[in-house]
Amino acid sequence: MIGGLFIYNHKGEVLISRVYRDDIGCLSTPYPSWERNAVDAFRVNVIHARQQVRSPVTNIARTSFFHVKRSNIWLAAVTKQNVNAAMVFEFLYKMCDVMTAYFSKISEENIKNNFVLIYELLDEILDFGYPQNSESGALKTFITQQGIKSQVRDKDEQSQITSQVTGQIGWRREGIKYRRNELFLDVLESVNLLMSPQGQVLSAHVSGRVVMKSYLSGMPECKFGMNDKIVIDKQQGKGATSDDSAKSGKQSIAIDDCTFHQCVRLSKFDSERSISFIPPDGDYELMRYRTTKDIILPFRVIPLVREVGRTKLEVKVVIKSNFKASLLAQKIEVRIPTPLNTSGVQVICMKGKAKYKASDNAIVWKIKRMAGMKESQISAEIELLPTNEKKKWTRPPISMNFEVPFAPSGLKVRYLKVFESKLNYSDHDVIKWVRYIGRSGIYETRC
Amino acid sequence: MTDSKYFTTTKKGEIFELKAELNSDKKEKKKEAVKKVIASMTVGKDVSALFPDVVNCMQTDNLELKKLVYLYLMNYAKSQPDMAIMAVNTFVKDCEDPNPLIRALAVRTMGCIRVDKITEYLCEPLRKCLKDEDPYVRKTAAVCVAKLHDINAQLVEDQGFLDTLKDLISDSNPMVVANAVAALSEIAESHPNSNLLDLNPQSINKLLTALNECTEWGQIFILDCLANYTPRDDRESQSICERVTPRLSHANSAVVLSAVKVLMKFMEMLPKDLDYYGTLLKKLAPPLVTLLSAEPELQYVALRNINLIVQKRPEILKHEMKVFFVKYNDPIYVKLEKLDIMIRLASQANIAQVLAELKEYATEVDVDFVRKAVRAIGRCAIKVEQSAERCVSTLLDLIQTKVNYVVQEAIVVIKDIFRKYPNKYESVIATLCENLDSLDEPEARAAMIWIVGEYAERIDNADELLESFLEGFHDESTQVQLQLLTAIVKLFLKKPTETQELVQQVLSLATQDSDNPDLRDRGYIYWRLLSTDPVAAKEVVLAEKPLISEETDLIEPTLLEELICHIGTLASVYHKPPSAFVEGSRGVQHKRIPIHIGGSPSMGSGFGAPAAVMPSSLNAPVGGGLGDLFDLGGGVGMPMGTFVPPKTLWLPAMKGKGLEIMGTFARRAGVIQMEMTLTNKAMSVMTDFAIQFNRNSFGLAPAGPLQVPTPLSPNQTIDVSLPLNNGGPVMKMEPLNNLQVAVKNNIDVFYFSCQYPISMLFVEDGKMDRQVFLATWKDIPNENEAQFQINDCHLNSDAASNKLQGSNVFTIAKRTVEGQDMLYQSMKLTNGICVLTELRVQTGSPTYTVSDRHTHALWVMIPARAGV
Repeated sequence: MIGGLFIYNHKGEVLISRVYRDDIGCLSTPYPSWERNAVDAFRVNVIHARQQVRSPVTNIARTSFFHVKRSNIWLAAVTKQNVNAAMVFEFLYKMCDVMTAYFSKISEENIKNNFVLIYELLDEILDFGYPQNSESGALKTFITQQGIKSQVRDKDEQSQITSQVTGQIGWRREGIKYRRNELFLDVLESVNLLMSPQGQVLSAHVSGRVVMKSYLSGMPECKFGMNDKIVIDKQQGKGATSDDSAKSGKQSIAIDDCTFHQCVRLSKFDSERSISFIPPDGDYELMRYRTTKDIILPFRVIPLVREVGRTKLEVKVVIKSNFKASLLAQKIEVRIPTPLNTSGVQVICMKGKAKYKASDNAIVWKIKRMAGMKESQISAEIELLPTNEKKKWTRPPISMNFEVPFAPSGLKVRYLKVFESKLNYSDHDVIKWVRYIGRSGIYETRC
Repeated sequence: MTDSKYFTTTKKGEIFELKAELNSDKKEKKKEAVKKVIASMTVGKDVSALFPDVVNCMQTDNLELKKLVYLYLMNYAKSQPDMAIMAVNTFVKDCEDPNPLIRALAVRTMGCIRVDKITEYLCEPLRKCLKDEDPYVRKTAAVCVAKLHDINAQLVEDQGFLDTLKDLISDSNPMVVANAVAALSEIAESHPNSNLLDLNPQSINKLLTALNECTEWGQIFILDCLANYTPRDDRESQSICERVTPRLSHANSAVVLSAVKVLMKFMEMLPKDLDYYGTLLKKLAPPLVTLLSAEPELQYVALRNINLIVQKRPEILKHEMKVFFVKYNDPIYVKLEKLDIMIRLASQANIAQVLAELKEYATEVDVDFVRKAVRAIGRCAIKVEQSAERCVSTLLDLIQTKVNYVVQEAIVVIKDIFRKYPNKYESVIATLCENLDSLDEPEARAAMIWIVGEYAERIDNADELLESFLEGFHDESTQVQLQLLTAIVKLFLKKPTETQELVQQVLSLATQDSDNPDLRDRGYIYWRLLSTDPVAAKEVVLAEKPLISEETDLIEPTLLEELICHIGTLASVYHKPPSAFVEGSRGVQHKRIPIHIGGSPSMGSGFGAPAAVMPSSLNAPVGGGLGDLFDLGGGVGMPMGTFVPPKTLWLPAMKGKGLEIMGTFARRAGVIQMEMTLTNKAMSVMTDFAIQFNRNSFGLAPAGPLQVPTPLSPNQTIDVSLPLNNGGPVMKMEPLNNLQVAVKNNIDVFYFSCQYPISMLFVEDGKMDRQVFLATWKDIPNENEAQFQINDCHLNSDAASNKLQGSNVFTIAKRTVEGQDMLYQSMKLTNGICVLTELRVQTGSPTYTVSDRHTHALWVMIPARAGV
C-alpha cells in the first residue's frame, strides 16, 4: 500500500510530508533518513529532471513514485510494494478533489495556510496507506477549517457521523431539509473529431457527463431515464405499437459504455439497465458515457494549404455549421497553425475577428455566434523566412473550439423521478431544470 | 487564520524558543508552538529534541491539539522509544473515551508508533476496539491489526487477533468488512501457505454481497482479494463473474481494472463454447476503451494493462484500433504506449489505416516517438505480409526526408524486412546506399553493413563501401566491428578475386589489433575456415538463415500469465513480476491463472502449479521414466494432461559463474517445452542469453531463440519456457534420453546435461486401431520384447489408463483374466516409432507387470529406460 505522501512546490521544496509505512529495512537507522532520501530522490529525479516527464510512475532504487501535478504543485505517493497503481492515482485525484472542496484552489499558499487541516485529512482518508472514505461531504461533518468542535457534540451526533462515514450511503447525511426541493441536471458533452484533409472521419466520439445539483430533503430515491437504445428497444419488445416504435426508435442512441457515481446501484443497472440512486447533496457527477455512432458533428472544417515557393504559404479555411438553423453556436474559435519561421501574416475573414499570434505560432479566428446551416471563410497569406533547416514543418492539425446548445450524441433525458416516502413531498413538487451543452473536445482536422 | 507563517521562521535558537512556548500556560500559545514544530518537521528540520515538551501537551481536551501531538509522536517515537512510553497512558485512556472519533484516533495512532515496547500496551485496547459497538472504531481497529502484525507478527498470532479479524469479514458494516479483507490480504501475503483468508464459497458469497455496499476503495480491496481465489468449477466461476461484471460501470478506474483482473482470470476456467464466455468477452471491451478517457496518468496505467490484455486475448479489442490513435496533445508516455498497442492490434483488416497514422507520427517532434513510429512501420511489414510493399515504400519516403534519426531507424527496420522476405525488396538497396554517410548510430551502421554484405553480389561497389568503413575500424563499436568482419568475409566468398586484400586486412585488424575476445575469436574462426576449407566456409558463412518471427517483443507466456494476475498493480505497469522490484517476502509468490478442467468438482485449488510428486507411490525402475506418470497418487481417475516432473537442478550456480538453472520438460498442446528457472546469483547483471543443444537421440532442437525478456539483475529469478522441435541432427546418446545443453550469456558459455522423460516424445495421434495393434504385436519379433514390474502402485487399471492417456499413452483394449486386468496400450514417438505394451494389473496388488514390443530393433532400449 501507499507508504507515504508528499506535496512539493515547483522548486521541489516539501510542503507536506506524511509517512504511513517504513517498510524498508531502515529499522536500525534513525527515522528521518528514509523519508528524506525518498523526498530528495523524487526532487532530483523527477521535479528537477531536465527531460520532460517520461512516465507518471518512476522507480528509483526499488522505490516507486506516483505523481500528479496540479498547476505547479506536485503530489507524490511513494511505495515499496506492488500496490494497485490505478487505485493510487485515483486516490491522488480524490485527494485533489477533497482539497479543492475545502480551500478551492490548490496552490502553494493555500497549502501552507491549511497545512494542519491537510495533515488532519491525510490522517483520516488514508490509514496505513489504505484509502478510507474520502467523500468531502462526509468529511466536512467532522473535519473543518476552524478546528474541531468536538466538545460541544452530543453522543447522537457523534454516532451519526461515524455511521455516515462508514455507512452504505457514505455520500449523504441524514436529516437534510430544504424549503424548496430543486434539481438541476446538465448534460455536458464534449465532441471529439479527427478528420483527414479530404474530409474523411478518422475518429469521432462523444464523451458526455451528466452533472447534477440536487437540493432535496430527506433520503430521496431517484430514478433517471434517457433515450438509451437498449431500454427503448426493450420497451418496444413489450408490445408497443409499431407506429410508436418507428417514432421512438429514431430518437434512441447507442451508448458504447457508461460509468456511474458510486451512489448508483450498479447491479440494478446491469440487470435492468435502470439508473436508480440516492443522490449526494449538492454538486456531483452522476454518470459519464461514451458514444461513437450517429454523432452530429456541429462543424465541418475544410482546409486548403498551398505552398508558393519556399517563402510563402496560402491558407484558406472554410467552416460550415451543421445543425438546425434556429440554434446558435457560441464561442467559436479556429486555430490555424503556422510554421515556426513565419515572418508575417495577412488575413481576411468574412465573419468575426482573426489575428496572427506569433507566441502560439497560429492564426486565431474567433466568431462570437453562428447560426446553424451557415458557412464562413478565412484566407491568409503567410510569409516565411528562408531557413536552411532540413526538417520539414510538421503541419499540426487545425483545431476548433465551440459551444452548442444541444447534445451532439443525440442524448435526451426522458425522466428524472424523485421518491421520498417518509417526507411529504412528491415527484411533482420537485422543481427540475435540464440543460444541454455540447462543447468541442479535441476537434481537429488535418491539413 | 493563515498558517503559512509557521514555515518562515529560521532564526537561530529557535528550538529554545519553541521549548519555552510549548511549556507555556496559555493554551493558544501551546497550540501555536506545536504547529510551528510540525511545520519545521515537514520541511525536514530535526525537532526531535522537543520530544518531552510536545508529549506534555498531549493531555488536552482540545482535539486539534491532540491530533497535532499525535502526528509528532508518529514521526519521532522511534528515535525516542523510551520517551514514547510516556504517551501510553493517554492512549489507553483515549481508547475508552465516549466519543468514537477519539477512540478510533487513539487506536489508529497507537498502531503507527512503531516501538516494540508500546505494542504490548496496545493489545488490550485493540482487543476492545475490534469489538467496539461503533463501526468507525471497528474499521480502524481492523487496519490496526495489520499495523501491529508489521511490527510484531508473533504477537498478533499469539493474541488471537487473526481470528477476530476473520470474524470481521462477517461484520454487518461493509466498510469494516472491506478493511478486514485488506488487512487479512496483507497479512496473508507474508504467510504464503497459511490459508489465512480461507476463501470458500460461503466467504466468497459474503464478499460479493459486501461488494455492492462498500466505498469505492473497499470494492477495490475486495476485488483484489477475490482475484486470489480459485473457483472449484466452471459454474462457480461463472456465477462470480456474473456478480463482478456490474463493477465494470464504476466511475473509479481502479474498481474497473480490478474487476477486469477477476474476469480475465476466472474466464480461463470457462469452457470456450459456453454462450456466457462470448458475452463476457464482449462486455470487456467497452470499459477498457472508456479508461482511455480518464486523466493521463490513469490512461497510462490502463494502456500498460491493455498491452497485456491484447497479448493474452487479442479478440477483445481487435475492432477498437481507432481509439488507440494518438492525439496531438497526449503526454508522451501515453503516445508511446498507444503506439505499442496499435502494432499489436494491426491486422490485414486495418493495416491501411494504421499505416496512414504511423506516417503522420513519423513527422512529429518527439524523437523517441518518431523512432518508435518508424520502427512500428517495419513491424507492420513483418506482421502483415500483404502490407509489406506499402510499408517499404512508406519507409523510402521517410528516408527521403533526410531527417537523420528517421533515416537510421528506417534502415534498421528495412534490414529486418529483408530477413523476413528475402529476394523481394532488394531494389531499394541503391537508395539505402545513398545515405551511408549520414549513419552515425552503431545499430544503423551495423544494419547497413549487414545489408551490403548480404547482397554483395548485387552491389557493384560493395568492396568500396565496406572498405570505407574499414578506415576507422577501431573507433567503431563492437556491434559494427563484428558485422563488418562478417560482411567482408561474405563479400570475399562471393567475389573472391577482387577482395582478397580486403579480407586479409579485416582479418588482421580483428585478430591482431583488437582486444575484444569475441571479435578475435570470430576472426580466427573465419581465418582458419577460409584457409583450410573454403567450401565449408561458404556453407557456414552463407548458410540459409532461419526466418524471423512475426511478433517481436512479446512477453514470455508464463510471465504474461503472472502479470494478468496482477492487473491494475505496479507489476502490470512495469511488466515485471513483483519479485523483480519488491524487497523481502512480500509479493514473491508467483500467481498463476487457473485452467479449465472440464467442470470436475473434485479438484480443489492448487491447479496450474506443476503436479507434485507423491513420494514412494511407485518404485520407478529407472529414474525420469514413464513410471513417473503414475504418481500424483490418490487415485483421482481423470485425464490430467501430460505429466510434468518437478524441476531439478541442472546447472548449479557454482558451475555457472553465478547462473543457476533449474528445469524440467513438459508437453503442452502438442509442443515439447523446456521449462527453466534462471536465477542470477552473481553480483552483476546478465544479458544476451542463448541456448544450443548437442546432437541427441531424437533430434531435439530449440524451435526459437531463448527468450529471456529482461536483463537478469542480481538475485532476480525468471521462468522461461523454450519450445522444442525434432528438426535437429540425430545421434544416439547414452543414456538414450540424455540431452547436452550449452547456455550462453554475457559472462561465459556453460555446459550441462539433463535427461528428458521419454513420455515427452509421445505424440497425440499415437492411438492405434485395434486390428492394427493386434497385427503389429504379432509382427514384432520376440527379441524386441522386454518385461519388467512396477511395484507399489495403488491405482486401479482404469485410473492408470486415464492417467496414462493424459501422457499420450493410449489404451487400445482391456480384458480381465483370472483377476488380472490386462491393458493393451500403444504410443508413438515423435520419430514415428511405435511402442506397444501390455500392462497386467493384479487387482489388490500394488505390482504391475509390463511387457512391451516395439517396431524397431534399434530402439530396443527405449521402453526399458522409459520404465513402463
